[in-house]
Amino acid sequence: MTLYSHDIPGGSAWSTPVRAGRLITLTALGQGANLSVLLAGSDRLDRLNVPDTLKAQMSACIRAPMVLMSDRGLALASVVASSLDWHDALSGYAHDRSRNDLNPHGFSGDGLIIELAKHGLGEADLHGCVNFFSKVSVGELGGMRFLPGHAQAGDTVILRTEQDLLMIAAATPHPMDDIKDGNPAGVRVEVALAAPPTVNDEPARFRPESGRALEQTRRVFA
Amino acid sequence: MTTLQDMPIATKTTAEKPTSVDLVVQAGDGALIPVPAGGRLRIVDLHGNQAVDTLLYDAHDVDNRYSAFDTVREQGAIYLTTGSRLLSSRCDELAVITDDTCGRHDTIGGACSQESNTIRYGEHTRHQHACRQTFLRYGAAAGIGQRQLGHNINFFMNVPVTAAGDLRFEDGLSAPGRHVEVTASRDILVLISNCPQLNNPCNGWDPTPVRLVGTWA
Repeated sequence: MTLYSHDIPGGSAWSTPVRAGRLITLTALGQGANLSVLLAGSDRLDRLNVPDTLKAQMSACIRAPMVLMSDRGLALASVVASSLDWHDALSGYAHDRSRNDLNPHGFSGDGLIIELAKHGLGEADLHGCVNFFSKVSVGELGGMRFLPGHAQAGDTVILRTEQDLLMIAAATPHPMDDIKDGNPAGVRVEVALAAPPTVNDEPARFRPESGRALEQTRRVFA
Repeated sequence: MTTLQDMPIATKTTAEKPTSVDLVVQAGDGALIPVPAGGRLRIVDLHGNQAVDTLLYDAHDVDNRYSAFDTVREQGAIYLTTGSRLLSSRCDELAVITDDTCGRHDTIGGACSQESNTIRYGEHTRHQHACRQTFLRYGAAAGIGQRQLGHNINFFMNVPVTAAGDLRFEDGLSAPGRHVEVTASRDILVLISNCPQLNNPCNGWDPTPVRLVGTWA
């Protein structure tokens, strides 16, 4: 049952606390949607750590059923389902100062900093974001290539919160997207109650590292 | 633990540029080195295959700090080498890699911590040495705490990414005596942890000392 739903318009940022044990369904509302997401844990200090999340699960992108891990090795959320097999986490967000040949459009994810400030946080709390719905592949020599139009309208990714979270999100174009039109796609955020994990829980069984992060989290919040 | 008192007295290496820093950082130890604009800091991998976890800060505002993902996006490539501009979270240029005899360096693999060690290797590793312990110990004097720890550079570390989106840690590309040098674009603080990790090949399973040589007027 959906508890609530909110559409983030293309080009805008938003933030919301989400309690543990919820499903957050993100839906692309148009082709080429991008949602740059920052996460902070229940104490607002322990935040998403993209390098730890990637290396613990041997992946260069975010995909189901990975566990999104914090600086302190706790599970913040699990990716329980995704219609896309790749969500970028290597490119950061679009900000005013990076508007150049790679980022010629005027949309800035600097709204993320304003959203952080609303919760008593700030620039010091910036960290590597996940760019949901975007794909940046890496070539043999390390070259990064943005794939335009990776997401279509209706593509979804579903996160399960593993502790009380603060989610900060900007539906701004990916910083390597050279879109020319002024109407970037928005993203729908729906929050619902999650069923308790079963013994066959995919994130818990994905890799030993994923399972250990979930188990550590269960202990800390027991 | 290396202290300021251990640093040798500055010695002239050329007519113009004195050697301002010349110290050996033992495996598992760290250092906080202020480098003025235009100063060059060379890190020498004395024994080969030694990851040197490194963070950079604007010396006058530690919230303007090295940003791994802004750096790789703006250069369009995930590995760092000569010519890489090391950008801050405000997209300011903090430093540039001006010399590199290793070839490439990682900046997406992050730093080890006691907590991530327990996730990756098991609870028995919780009280082993870890880079983020070293960052917090040496960063404290400059006001660098948990909130100020961003995602770092791993000099001499090899973290290949495949076209399929897989990532792994491999034996390093470095060798004894190879070095990398950064030139500061503004006054910066360089926070270093000479990685003590024993549980993966990033240090060739045997962490070893590195040498730091700083040259500025």
